[in-house]
Amino acid sequence: MLLKTLFSSLLAAGLLTAGGAQAETLRWARASDPTTLDPHSFNTGTNFVLLHQMYETLVTRDAKGKLVPTLATSWKLTADPSVWEFKLRPNVKFHDGTAFTAKDVVFSLQRAKGPGAQVKSLLASMVEAKAVDELTVHVKTNGPNLIFPDNLTNLFMMSEAWAKAKGAETTQDPASSTENFATRNANGTGPYMLASREQDSRTVMKANPQYWGKGQAPLQITELIYLPIKSPATRVAALLSGEVDFAQDIPAQDVARLKQDQRLRINEGPENRSIFLGLNVGGKELKHSSLKGKNPLADPRVREAIHLAIDRDALKRSTMRGLSIPSGMIAPSFVNGYSKAMAAYPKVDSAKAKQLLADAGYPNGFDLTLHTSNDRYVNDEAISTAIAGFLGRIGIKTTVVARPIAQQSVAINNADLDFYLYGWGVPTYDSAYIFDFLVHTRGKDGRGPTNATGFSSAEVDKDIVSLASEPDKAKRDATIQRIWNVVQKERFYIPLHDQVIHFASIKRIDVPVHPDNAVLFKDVKLGAK
Amino acid sequence: MLAYLLRRLGQSALVLLAVSLIAFMVFRHIGDPTISLLGEDATLEERAALTRELGFDQPVPLQYLHYVGKVVQGDLGISYRLKRPVSEVIAERLPATLELSLIASLGALAIGLVLGVYTALRSEGWLSRAVMTVSLVGVSLPTFLIGIGLIYLFAVELRWLPSFGRGTTVKVGGWETGLLTASGWSAIILPAITLGFYNMTLIMRLVRAEMLEVLRSDYIRFGRARGLREKDLYFGHALRNTLIPVITIAGLQIGTLIAFSIVTETVFQWPGVGLLFISSIQGVDVPLISAYLMFIALLYVVINLLVDFLYLAVDPRLRRR
Repeated sequence: MLLKTLFSSLLAAGLLTAGGAQAETLRWARASDPTTLDPHSFNTGTNFVLLHQMYETLVTRDAKGKLVPTLATSWKLTADPSVWEFKLRPNVKFHDGTAFTAKDVVFSLQRAKGPGAQVKSLLASMVEAKAVDELTVHVKTNGPNLIFPDNLTNLFMMSEAWAKAKGAETTQDPASSTENFATRNANGTGPYMLASREQDSRTVMKANPQYWGKGQAPLQITELIYLPIKSPATRVAALLSGEVDFAQDIPAQDVARLKQDQRLRINEGPENRSIFLGLNVGGKELKHSSLKGKNPLADPRVREAIHLAIDRDALKRSTMRGLSIPSGMIAPSFVNGYSKAMAAYPKVDSAKAKQLLADAGYPNGFDLTLHTSNDRYVNDEAISTAIAGFLGRIGIKTTVVARPIAQQSVAINNADLDFYLYGWGVPTYDSAYIFDFLVHTRGKDGRGPTNATGFSSAEVDKDIVSLASEPDKAKRDATIQRIWNVVQKERFYIPLHDQVIHFASIKRIDVPVHPDNAVLFKDVKLGAK
Repeated sequence: MLAYLLRRLGQSALVLLAVSLIAFMVFRHIGDPTISLLGEDATLEERAALTRELGFDQPVPLQYLHYVGKVVQGDLGISYRLKRPVSEVIAERLPATLELSLIASLGALAIGLVLGVYTALRSEGWLSRAVMTVSLVGVSLPTFLIGIGLIYLFAVELRWLPSFGRGTTVKVGGWETGLLTASGWSAIILPAITLGFYNMTLIMRLVRAEMLEVLRSDYIRFGRARGLREKDLYFGHALRNTLIPVITIAGLQIGTLIAFSIVTETVFQWPGVGLLFISSIQGVDVPLISAYLMFIALLYVVINLLVDFLYLAVDPRLRRR
């Protein structure tokens, strides 16, 4: 007993001399490993979330989707409405000790616009970035761009000196034959520094002792271990066995069971991703149907019939196990331009749908092929099978063709589909991003690459293009509503639902769900052990 | 004999060429790498430019020739997904797979032998019957189910062994090994059982059948009549004659284990080439997929060549030809 007391007091003394700061390791599991650490190489959430711990952006979004200052303390339009001014945070250092200045911002933005960088689509409107002084940057856009800062939430700042010294000045080009130093090394301004990295195995990060946000963020986690676990069953098992403290990408079918576990905490929230059906409304005839010479989907009554035949509540209840937010709009609620009225969806009405089909000249229905991915969205193949069932009730015989997203996206890009399941997230939280890719005529002035519906309207195109340079917010919002009205009326997309994200962790860790599936571990607070 | 060797080498080269051609044709159907390279929100112009840059707009035979030309010079290219040289990535991942396959096959061989001999000698005992029944169930269960079952029993319920990963590794020379640390050994047990289970039952059944066969032969009966001890009879005479076909099968199975470790590696997040291959397919990482397929083909070719040379050493008639 005496020995035990002695031992514990010694231990306490040891901790006191260490300043009371206890080492806190958090083991974090996800489905896949970021492909590279190069911050501008890929435009994927998996890469971004890990990179956010080590690199930082000028602005970030809080869990409500609001822009908050990070490396930029403020930003505003200058007298010239095509120029944005960013004021930078002083006394920020990169992990290697060099100071963060306006020159680094200019360098990073230019690098992110380079040929091998996937993130360049977010900087499409940037013409030039200029360092005005040490801590001020001016970005000139191609006409007034009201939402330019919204594009910057995943554009990470690198050190110009480091990148130049290490030969990582540009993001690696796919055709090049040498490795880039930034692929496996990191030098950001973020709260965590890279300690070691083994692809597909583990990435260890240690707290950055020089972090500027000390005292502002809790920074309770001192060591962060990222563990990719591909198999969903193993990922859940690792959480249950205590080998992992926090897990993302929780399979929908496991959520109910995990919620029962007293040792775990499941947080839930809406994801920035809508799931919908795309319809070939522009073709003269269907590409994958026995029906020749006619395109029933070009008839608005047929589209309305499909819209009415889909039981979104049943889809949520049985296919999604309650884990979706049914919607009548292909934009999540936090996107600028969303309206409750548009997101309302009708009750299923097969009788009316059948009547509409008959009016359109298809009293006995027709046959249709629904192309779907099977490895991209939550239960994507099962949703499609359910849709085929709903449409069967009104006489549209639907064959489901499921394939990996790697093949499905080729077909979408080539617009070789009649009827397809697709999902879209909005990194800018503004409707223009949806319109640019999904509504604008396919392939005209760089817009509409993923609009496989054949929908095309010169007037809508003009409105969409105007959004990029409209300086008046009220006018811009009115245009957005006008475009949405057309999209909702034409029904070349039939919205199904928004996805829901689940974070699972041990009880003492409480990570709020972020619509972008993002986590900033510097902000995570830990409960008592 | 030289002619025989040359002929076998020539055949091997042809096999490799055929595999590379098939691999190359397959790429056209697994998806468009430009989408994974540029992201879903790239414009059509960007996509067209990259297609040109990578040479995908050229005729397939020309692309293939270009590819073979580079491979012959030892240039496997840069992984589209990982942005690192393919040969380097594969070399980095290979030790994990080789260690797993090695432990799995050694374990399968040892346990298979013991159980095979036991079930042959005590063919009517209840334990033998139980072992035979379990082995039948095991063979008919898919690998991933065995793996998940083991994880739930030993990692989640009992908490004896880790559910994923490779544990701590140390570098010996250029080789990253997990076989020198305690956590490395505890991590390899479940995946090795999962990967080796089928082979274990295969070897067990083979040993049992051969052993029963040998035990019925005349020289065992004469030996027994001469008054030899049962132990010498079983392990000295019968087992030795049983082993020859078993070794042949077990040797060939090593290649299969390496090639089919894909499922086991995915279930256990074992960072070997199998896991790499699956991720590469999802990311349409053409240079990596083709290199992996070539590597597996090369492995089979080399194993078969070695087997042929062994036969040559064993069978004098082949040498005279």
